[in-house]
Amino acid sequence: MSSANVAAMAETQPDATRIAAEARDRVRFEEEALALADQVFRVARHLAPSKDEAEDLVQETYARAFRSWRSYTPGTNLRAWLLRILTNLNIDRGRRNQRAPQTTPLEANDYYLYDKLADSDGRTPDEDRVVERLSQDDIVSALSAVPHDFRDAIVLVDIGDFSYQDAAHILDIPIGTVMSRLHRGRRILKRELADSVMEDAS
Amino acid sequence: MTNPTDDPCAHCEEMMQPYLDHILTEAERLEAEHHLDECDWCRRRYKFEASLRVYVHQVVTEPMSAALKQKLSALRIPLN
Repeated sequence: MSSANVAAMAETQPDATRIAAEARDRVRFEEEALALADQVFRVARHLAPSKDEAEDLVQETYARAFRSWRSYTPGTNLRAWLLRILTNLNIDRGRRNQRAPQTTPLEANDYYLYDKLADSDGRTPDEDRVVERLSQDDIVSALSAVPHDFRDAIVLVDIGDFSYQDAAHILDIPIGTVMSRLHRGRRILKRELADSVMEDAS
Repeated sequence: MTNPTDDPCAHCEEMMQPYLDHILTEAERLEAEHHLDECDWCRRRYKFEASLRVYVHQVVTEPMSAALKQKLSALRIPLN
């Protein structure tokens, strides 16, 4: 082997090592991201207006994540990173024109729903079972009736188990705004639930 | 916030979400617990709120389809 060839190898070797290391990092990233897909879908399902749109959104999110994986900082919250992409895509899709109307939502006090549920049969023999008067459909449709700004906060914190801090980062709003939207959003949700219970009863 | 002496139950109602979120100050938390100790009416409503949160968390779970899972795996960028 000529000395020129050795010199050339010495130059290409680190490059090959770097490429191999990067490929390993990328594969690891993709595997970690895919392992979170169930959790991402669970949140997406209620951020998006329908199940079909949630599926599209999750696909778009992963396509984008796999392309821009270098912008993820290892060791930070990957689930929050994915949800931030998803939330931005969801806004880009013009969800603002869809569903939940932007009128001022009806909001009742915090005890309102319990009072309605307890009232519907006059007494509450088994306290622990009051909540079971609400069906899964009641919850899902009431949630979808909550305007998106409030719903986003509920979905991320109460369903996705994100901290206020992570939710603030994902939605790109101050943490105090997350807290107030969550607080009002839960009241709106309970109001919607109470309405659906009263409709069922009538 | 309402004045606790005017209507202690209305005041307790306002403390419910922050109480369950663990974001009350120590003094407010003790105040809420003191009221709850002696007020069955409010205590039932706090209990309901706590179960509602668990319930909402449980019932909205809808598994991702196997087809979507496959599509996501297919989006991976092939190694050269």
